[in-house]
Amino acid sequence: MSVFNRLRNYPHILEVAYQFTEWIMQGMHPFFKWIGYERASKLLRLPEKIGKGAVFNCQMCGQCTLHFTGMTCPMGCPKNLRNGPCGGVRVGGFCEVDASMKCVWVEAFERSQKMKVYGDGIFEIRPPLNHRLVNSSAFINLLSLRSDGMPEVWQTQTGLVHDRK
Amino acid sequence: MTENRTGGRFESALRAGKFVVTAEVTPPDSADAQDVLKAAQTLGRYADALNVTDGSGANCHISSVAACALLSNAGYEVIFQMSCRDRNRIAMQGELLGASALGLHNVLCLTGDDVTAGDHPQAKRVFDMDSTQLLQTARIMRDDGIFLSGRKLSAKPKFFLGGADNPFVEPFEFRPLRLAKKIQAGAEFFQSQYCFDVERLKSHMQKVCELGLHEKAFFIIGLGPLRSEKTAEFLRTKVPGVRVPESVVERMRKAQDKRAEGKKICVEIIQQVREIQGVTGIHMMAYKQEEAGAEILEEVGLNNKEMMR
Repeated sequence: MSVFNRLRNYPHILEVAYQFTEWIMQGMHPFFKWIGYERASKLLRLPEKIGKGAVFNCQMCGQCTLHFTGMTCPMGCPKNLRNGPCGGVRVGGFCEVDASMKCVWVEAFERSQKMKVYGDGIFEIRPPLNHRLVNSSAFINLLSLRSDGMPEVWQTQTGLVHDRK
Repeated sequence: MTENRTGGRFESALRAGKFVVTAEVTPPDSADAQDVLKAAQTLGRYADALNVTDGSGANCHISSVAACALLSNAGYEVIFQMSCRDRNRIAMQGELLGASALGLHNVLCLTGDDVTAGDHPQAKRVFDMDSTQLLQTARIMRDDGIFLSGRKLSAKPKFFLGGADNPFVEPFEFRPLRLAKKIQAGAEFFQSQYCFDVERLKSHMQKVCELGLHEKAFFIIGLGPLRSEKTAEFLRTKVPGVRVPESVVERMRKAQDKRAEGKKICVEIIQQVREIQGVTGIHMMAYKQEEAGAEILEEVGLNNKEMMR
């Protein structure tokens, strides 16, 4: 595990960093709008890939849910599950497909419990990936409200929260 | 709980408060319809519904929907298992419509074992959707009469939707909450992985009841007889997600009559599972041991003859 990867064990710090980045992006929104979202996406793609790649092994799905999944990228799951673990988790919480790796969702759940801002996001129902957004900037997709392509009737909220003792 | 939408024997039995029995059928590696019927023969007499697996363990067999249709035509109530491993959202929605048109309304939505577990490890894994998304997709098709694209269906499908539950593997704390997510997405019943650890199941179900999930969905617990300690070892190492505690393996190892001991363990588990709050049925998985499975159901008095409607 690299130094950067180790950062993932401090999700409460990462979520603040995420919040900060989001705040900056919001501030730059008029600029992105001015140069055009397409161009902005091209501009941000590389820094996003390098930054999130180093810390989260980002796969550039273009629809970042990191903050909702314990600052653990669900794209690291070999089955690309976005709503929780499969039933194949091995003894000790290891991955069914790659036994040398901890289940992404075991880690995601543990870490989400330490997160005060976005921690409960792990209980929301994520829609299937929009594969047309792969390799584009997730931040720009968020700002430009590029849709996941799901109909309005898709329910996200479950009302569940962490039991914080 | 919600109203009976399908009017099917399985849904009706659960809603009437019966303790149900479902049994697993593995579709054969054959293009002969008779072989499908044969696979269902033994346990079909006991079960309120037969689950037809969809490439279980990522092994190739005759398709689940086809086998379901054959069994349904022969008079069996079936549960169509659909895994996300092999199809994208276009194929899945099409197949869901097809299933409903064929009268197959019970659908168990699964993520699916990974391709590396089966006989075609070279295959591409699809997983375009996960099981929760598949549940929500089927619910939207049923309730809103549209595809995920928003395009309207000229006739809505009917479904009684189920999800999988595995209380026996990590992350234990997340498992009941994940079920709540699945219920929100559309699940109305759950069928679990093999239960060999009743204590684990008890604490899981306790949490399920605390969350009030037992009032929103039916819980059917998976189990089955062991043939020998080798079977236990096979389940433990080759089938993803099955946990067999050392104490159970030890009992099998020490036993003189392995088959009898395997049945005895299973009977004991059923008796304990029946007493747990929230449990509304059992799911018998007895691949290549259908006779033993049938004997067990006789022994615990869960033969369908008494339960005939």
